[in-house]
Amino acid sequence: MINFQFTQATDVSDALRQIAADPDARLIAGGTNILDLMKYDVERPGRLIDISHLPLRTVEETPSGGLRIGALVPNSDLAYHPLVEERYPLLSSAILAGASQQLRNMASTGGNLMQRTRCLYFYDTVTPCNKRVPGSGCSAISGINRTNAILGTSEACIATHPSDMCVALAALEATVHVVGPSGDRAIPFADFHRLPGDTPEIDTNLAPDEIIVAIELPPKGFAANYSYLKIRDRLSYAFALVSVAAVMELEGGRITEARVALGGVAHKPWRRMEAEAALRGGAPDRAAFAKAAAILLHDSRGFGHNNFKIDLARRAIERTLTQAARGTPQIQAVKKIR
Amino acid sequence: MTYIGTATSRVDGHAKVTGAAKYAAEPKVADLTHGSVVTSTIAKGRIARIDVSDALQVDGVIDVLTHTNRPRMADTDSGYKDDVAPDGTPFRPLYDDRILFDGQPVALVVANDLETAQFAASLVQVDYDEEPHITDMQRQRDVASVLKAAAEPGANPFAPPKPRGNAKAALAAAAVRHQGEYSVPIEHHNPIELYASTVMYEPDGTLTVYDKTQGVQNVQRYLCGVLELAPDHVRVLSPFTGGAFGSGLRPQYQVVLAALAALALKRSVRVVLTRQQMYGLGYRPAMVQRIELGAKADGTLEAITHDAITITSQYEHFYRQETGWSGLLYQCPNATYAHRLVPLDLPTSCDMRAPSAATGVYALECAMDELAFALGLDPLDLRLRCYSDRDQIANLPYSSKNLRECYRRGAEAFGWDKRNPEPRSMRGGSELVGWGMATGVWEALQMPIAVRIALTANGHAEVSCATSDIGTGTYTIMAQVAADMLGLPLDNVTVKLGDSTLPQSPVEGGSWIAASVANGIVTTSESIRRELLDLAKQVPNSPLADVAPDGVRITDGKLVSNNDPARMVSIADAMRHGGVDRIEQEQTTRVPEDKAHSHNTHSAVFAEVRVDEELGVVRVTRVVNAVAAGRILNTKTASSQILGGVVWGIGMALHEEALLDHTFGRVMNANIAEYHVPVNADIHDIEVIFVDEPDESINRLGIKGLGEIGIVGVAAAIANAVYHATGKRVRDLPITLDKILQ
Repeated sequence: MINFQFTQATDVSDALRQIAADPDARLIAGGTNILDLMKYDVERPGRLIDISHLPLRTVEETPSGGLRIGALVPNSDLAYHPLVEERYPLLSSAILAGASQQLRNMASTGGNLMQRTRCLYFYDTVTPCNKRVPGSGCSAISGINRTNAILGTSEACIATHPSDMCVALAALEATVHVVGPSGDRAIPFADFHRLPGDTPEIDTNLAPDEIIVAIELPPKGFAANYSYLKIRDRLSYAFALVSVAAVMELEGGRITEARVALGGVAHKPWRRMEAEAALRGGAPDRAAFAKAAAILLHDSRGFGHNNFKIDLARRAIERTLTQAARGTPQIQAVKKIR
Repeated sequence: MTYIGTATSRVDGHAKVTGAAKYAAEPKVADLTHGSVVTSTIAKGRIARIDVSDALQVDGVIDVLTHTNRPRMADTDSGYKDDVAPDGTPFRPLYDDRILFDGQPVALVVANDLETAQFAASLVQVDYDEEPHITDMQRQRDVASVLKAAAEPGANPFAPPKPRGNAKAALAAAAVRHQGEYSVPIEHHNPIELYASTVMYEPDGTLTVYDKTQGVQNVQRYLCGVLELAPDHVRVLSPFTGGAFGSGLRPQYQVVLAALAALALKRSVRVVLTRQQMYGLGYRPAMVQRIELGAKADGTLEAITHDAITITSQYEHFYRQETGWSGLLYQCPNATYAHRLVPLDLPTSCDMRAPSAATGVYALECAMDELAFALGLDPLDLRLRCYSDRDQIANLPYSSKNLRECYRRGAEAFGWDKRNPEPRSMRGGSELVGWGMATGVWEALQMPIAVRIALTANGHAEVSCATSDIGTGTYTIMAQVAADMLGLPLDNVTVKLGDSTLPQSPVEGGSWIAASVANGIVTTSESIRRELLDLAKQVPNSPLADVAPDGVRITDGKLVSNNDPARMVSIADAMRHGGVDRIEQEQTTRVPEDKAHSHNTHSAVFAEVRVDEELGVVRVTRVVNAVAAGRILNTKTASSQILGGVVWGIGMALHEEALLDHTFGRVMNANIAEYHVPVNADIHDIEVIFVDEPDESINRLGIKGLGEIGIVGVAAAIANAVYHATGKRVRDLPITLDKILQ
């Protein structure tokens, strides 16, 4: 770890001023990822601006019937918040599928969005990595890529986004509220994270001088038919090989609305509107789920070690949709898959 | 006996949970400096240039040690040979510009505090002249060197055994044959305590070294060799060790670096490796094993061939006898073995819990399971049909072998008789259920050891030996044995270990310490009793005046006649009349002569898995491990040993694997987030059973030791259960879900 300055922001505008004044600075809230990255010399900020004390810790109902979650609400508080458990159990479940209780106690809502990839080469400063050092090359494409992406990859990068919570937020069509020097703006969740393209060093569309202040959930929470299923190399405390967030509305034995988002397979939570459109109006049966899976995984590509993820993702999508349709969501505390 | 055989809690437990127990990186030392290691980023070549100028500029940096400015070191291989070094040319840390493996130390930055040292270490610039490296075993399989079988038994315990009979002909004639190739990846020990050394530079120029190790005297001799110091110039202490599992049998490089810096700076220095750097130390060698079995239709074995290919470094030849377990365990007239060694540009492989057995028995017991299916026999029934009361290699009876009872009690506790033999026949809800079993075997080894006991007039004993307690409970069992032998309450016994100035001990490994040190305590206790009797006879009108040396025992602080318990002299009286306030005895105990027997521990492991077939997810929901390991000194710490072994076996079966990128010759998952070991969610019910196994000839207390046996057979039982559940035979570990889905 290199030496760095440490300052505290007094309020959001002070944080904005500080981050604008120092391009070498990074924000720190829970610190569950940035400190790790600094210890590995992957991130080398000259300054850490502590925003953990800012008043962004509330969960409030919005006039439209949604929920506005402050960017600094800890993951644990959010997962166990009564309104989230009652109306957005998918979000609760996805959060509890990630990390450990201790990490969730520290990790913030906004920080969860800003997590960086767990690609082995990104974490090892000795090896080339376009995300860490643009232009140095991608070691994962021809290296150890068991956990890497199968969708939306580029010649420059096959990293995945590691978050579980974000997969649920993508399925729920959350909105990210940010503030910057020129005021507030709202970013639809689908537009927040980016595909790697030829600039894999840029993970999100958040500008360097902007700060996330809240995540807003729309009124519809799909509390009756949902499931979050995470498949990994051990039964807890590992990043997803594949995860699936599925929600649907059923009426008279037909799907009136469905959403499916995938984690662990791409540089961002992966959705395909065509897959969801294909489910709409049909019966919630295995054939329909298989068709949706095929659309979601269209153009998927393996790089050797991760070839199995294509078939695994197909199976996981079908299973999660089945769980959601039956109203038997995966329970994270129980490791048997329902 | 009051304490031996009971579930005595650890005598050092309170110190450990309160933090009073100080590990190698923890002693408070005045004026301490901190070292941070810079490691190589290539696997082979030379250091062309090493620029430490930026590091030296950092405020608080004292010095940077490299091969160009280090103090004098030995220049012969013998200077670097530790007690358990394999053949070859030992690695010399910071000696010259040659790079032998990725993660090799190339510099030590020493600063006033750890953070400064770490920051400055990141500024050291190293340029290399790279040479092509090879780290891929599969690429080198065909050029591996063949290990010759030992000319006579015991000549080289690690070379393959001599063949017996004619396995080739017997295989050709066998009614039923099975052959399979089984592979195990590189696995790392991952002890929770990082490798660390605190070297105190004493005013007289000598070194007092707190080191994480399984052998303080090995480290002491090694440092004297490497640094060319007189024996009385180095003292090594290791009172507590936070796990080692074989990785601490050989001295690790941080102790050399810390000692070099202490000598160079004439200051005390602490060096702690990072978790990532721990992956640059030894490891369980990756291996491929090919086993061929031939049997009669009734299931009796006719032939076994066991071939192993294992990896080592380019500079040392580390290997263990994977193949011999196949020859030893089951009755079989014909057996041949082959072992080839693949040198790679990696650090030297090393011992890791049950070295050779965890892997060799894994292959054998999977092959036996496959043979059972080929024969249409229950896997347990096949083992019983091949049961041998004699060591099949040495052709000797065992001093004790109660494996039959392990099978019986393990099967009973598990409910094995309810198993449907058909693969894919058992279900639990949406999951396939599989039941598998395997045999475990390990050696019951003993080593020469010296024990000193000092007994004071107030009935307090101090027992000391230079052995280590690597978390197994050695402090506790030493106290238990001494308390029983000296007739004292447990609280009146103090145990000292982990200090190179204490009486001689071998390294703590191979499961040999419990038996060796307990036997050593018995011997020295007898000397104490004899001396005490001599003193007691000096009491006026001594009631023990005419008693023979072996005619007394010590009970409740008194020397008591065996024939007439009314005749007694208290310890206090004996010492008072003898004019002493304490007596002290030190005895070296040799390994009891018992050439008429083989000495082994055994186990029967039963495992249940539940498999979600659609997604390939495996859960190990039950394991029963029934162990026969002689007299159990402490049922509590012994159970913990077996439980830990089972947990590790689950990791070996399903999770553990170092991921090497052969382009860089580098371990890419060098941390315990990405190198997976089981977490709580992976562990369900584990039942440990110890079967009675009286052993009259192995040593006077009938002790065998059980650090290793707990892991042996576990991975095979799980792999066999996965087959029974799914009908899919995965022969390369770990059994990850993609292999189930294939």
